[in-house]
Amino acid sequence: MLRYATLRILGAIPTLLLVIAIAFLMVHSAPGGPFDRERVLAPEVERNIERAYHLDESLPEQFSRYLQGLLHGDLGPSYRYRDYTVAELIGGALPLSIRLGALAMALALVAGVSAGMVAALRKNTIIDRLVTGIAMIGISVPVFVIAPLMVLVFAVFLNWLPASWTGGNAANRMLMPVIALALPQIAYIARLTRASMINVMNSDFVRTARAQGLSTISIVRYHAIKPAMLPLLSYMGPAIAGVLTGSVVVEEVFGIPGVGQFFIRGALNRDYTLVLGITVFYATLVIFLNLIVDLLYGFLDPRIRGR
Amino acid sequence: MTASMRYSGAMKHTLVLLLVSMLALGACDGGVDRAAQESVLHRGLGEEPGSLDVHKSRSSEAGHVLRDLGEGLTGYTRDGEIRAAAADHWTVSDDGLEYVFVLRPDARWTNGDPVTADDFVYSFRRLVDPTTAAFYENSVIDVANAAEIIAGEIPPESLGIEAMAIDQLKITLRHPVPYFLGLLTHPSTFPVHRGSVEAHGEAHSRPGNLVSNGAYRLVAWEVGSYIEIERNEYYWDAGNTAIDRVFHYVTPEPMAELNRYRAGELDITRAIPPESFKQMLETRPDEVRVSPALGVYYYGFNMTNPVFGDNPKLREALSMAIDREQLVAIVGRGEAPAYSWVPDGTANYEPQKYSWADMPPEERITKAQQLFYEAGFGPGKSFRPEIRYNTHDTHRQIAVAVQSMWKEVLGVEAKLINEEFQVMLENIVQKNSIDIFRMNWNGDYNDAHTFLSTAESDNPSNLTGYQSADFDSLMQRAARQTDPSRRRLYLEEAEARMLRDYPLIPMYFFVNKAMVSPQVRGWGDNVLNYHYSQHLSFAADE
Repeated sequence: MLRYATLRILGAIPTLLLVIAIAFLMVHSAPGGPFDRERVLAPEVERNIERAYHLDESLPEQFSRYLQGLLHGDLGPSYRYRDYTVAELIGGALPLSIRLGALAMALALVAGVSAGMVAALRKNTIIDRLVTGIAMIGISVPVFVIAPLMVLVFAVFLNWLPASWTGGNAANRMLMPVIALALPQIAYIARLTRASMINVMNSDFVRTARAQGLSTISIVRYHAIKPAMLPLLSYMGPAIAGVLTGSVVVEEVFGIPGVGQFFIRGALNRDYTLVLGITVFYATLVIFLNLIVDLLYGFLDPRIRGR
Repeated sequence: MTASMRYSGAMKHTLVLLLVSMLALGACDGGVDRAAQESVLHRGLGEEPGSLDVHKSRSSEAGHVLRDLGEGLTGYTRDGEIRAAAADHWTVSDDGLEYVFVLRPDARWTNGDPVTADDFVYSFRRLVDPTTAAFYENSVIDVANAAEIIAGEIPPESLGIEAMAIDQLKITLRHPVPYFLGLLTHPSTFPVHRGSVEAHGEAHSRPGNLVSNGAYRLVAWEVGSYIEIERNEYYWDAGNTAIDRVFHYVTPEPMAELNRYRAGELDITRAIPPESFKQMLETRPDEVRVSPALGVYYYGFNMTNPVFGDNPKLREALSMAIDREQLVAIVGRGEAPAYSWVPDGTANYEPQKYSWADMPPEERITKAQQLFYEAGFGPGKSFRPEIRYNTHDTHRQIAVAVQSMWKEVLGVEAKLINEEFQVMLENIVQKNSIDIFRMNWNGDYNDAHTFLSTAESDNPSNLTGYQSADFDSLMQRAARQTDPSRRRLYLEEAEARMLRDYPLIPMYFFVNKAMVSPQVRGWGDNVLNYHYSQHLSFAADE
């Protein structure tokens, strides 16, 4: 197991380098630069700014400068948020994104798995139809419709909850963003769980267990849950990474200073270092989470452990 | 007990746990404190300013916060008139080249230090120092030697600014600049506190480090969320500062900002989203503030493309074929149709209008068609230009309207191309097969020069590629003129000249729009859209 994990981590390094190189080339080849506005800078002024950020160097020079910085944990200065480094911006936004993401994921898991299981065990009944129907809506209605609608109803008209992050107290301002973040995940997880559970409940070993006279509850609890969770597990890696790095829409609607908004603003403003920094961070996170999922797989599925 | 009941029991249990943990996690951080006793103002700001270093910031959002935190030699009243700020009074030499400012004896930094002439000398030099990499060096470009210092040819110490006494400052200009006092209201000319810049370097503009000389001091800065400032008790006019604490919230999305306002979380918004403007006007007419702005929305021709550059009649026909009244009806927020390049409301200036500005529509259309034929187009020779605009609802609506007006009046089959702003800008600057592009220009100071200078041959913001020796020489004559009324005549003649050449199509003039709570007093509409927090107060406190 340890040897496997070490190999996987070593194998991630070339992947990460490739991601960095491609991202670097992509942001630099996008038309326009970080300092272009309708108020075009005088050539001398532009030269001074490019010199200050080493943008006057050749691309290979800039790339090697970036890699060297990266080795020392330095993601460079932000071009748009000139008073801050990229590491400071990500570091400042991350705790909040993690807190929101973790809560949303927890809510999504509890609600999604429960709904999915109930639907699977009551297959083709009203309950099942209801769950799958709602899940379908949850997947198809985009967050940029649901989130502002929630604000209008609960903040503007009913005045129960704050309309933004800075408008409420520490507890009530979390509620709407967490639910908005969790909704599509709940729907997806419910569908995944339902399909997987139906599959498992139809398999031979469950039929054997039934033949031996075990109750449905015991079958689910002791035999079916673990294998039924496997497809969900492989979905969790990317899902967690996605939720943790924040949802741009949710952040914009509720005014939350998370990582997601920096990513989008960075891309639109051609804030090269900021976009690169978040990409590198995101790539690392996905690789790391996938590794954990693979290790957990071995733990849950004896067939994989044996190999 | 059935299985489903047991499951729902477990689910309830976990949900309760989840809610409790949410509350616990949520309680970990402080949140915005809304103290009851002191007066606290909540303002929408727009985009995250990104920098509060007066020499490194660039956005108008940063300007709004910086004007609360610091002040230059001059400032604006709530109605947009120039007033004395850090300077008490000043004298100008007869040739308009030498300004001597006497600072206020009671001007103080937020740490209590006196604001001295040396502070301004240090700051102006830092602004033009090439290693500072400042954006807004153009605010002092007319100070003697500034251009050479920025180009790295001579050291910053040779800048035409000198401390004659602890409270006396002399600034020498290269040529007379009648709007110089207006330039000195710009945040890039605010002083920085030498001691804290030298102690903290890049981090001097952070909360805890920033020492400024304005009505407020920086308390907190949550990047992407809000900036909190509080009254500076050392400020020379602190006795007249009514509001104790101000939160500037980052509100990049106007719709989300409006919802925050409607939920009572904001007292003032930075914008009003187009889709809600009419509704707000109907439901909260007293809270909607609309006033003329120093900004123009225009279409530019690529003058380096012979199809346009060599055919003034074509450009004139295309401009005349546009029904500007209809365009402002589409935008629908009180914008004014533009028949000139310089907006109405510009100080000491009479905008020059197109001769056909007041023509009845039928006559204007006939004239446009006639010009179009004379330009060599018409039945048998169609014209298919490309209109480029950056991706945005309003820009698309206008492009579609222009496309159909051109088709209807001239039979022109324009093709619409939308691009991300940075992409479009690069294409325009590089003149990459560009025909016609959408753009806007917002004035930096209240003088016709900020608009007209963008049409000078060597101005970097001259995006059309318009080159006119006549225009340039009129602008130079205006620059040398010390008599304001004669200077104004040259500028007006320059505008008339440029309008006759049709390098661009002014479409409409912007308006400033904001929601202002009925509780807020002291709001003054002004063309620059500057609203210093120190001028505001609450009705309840009066």
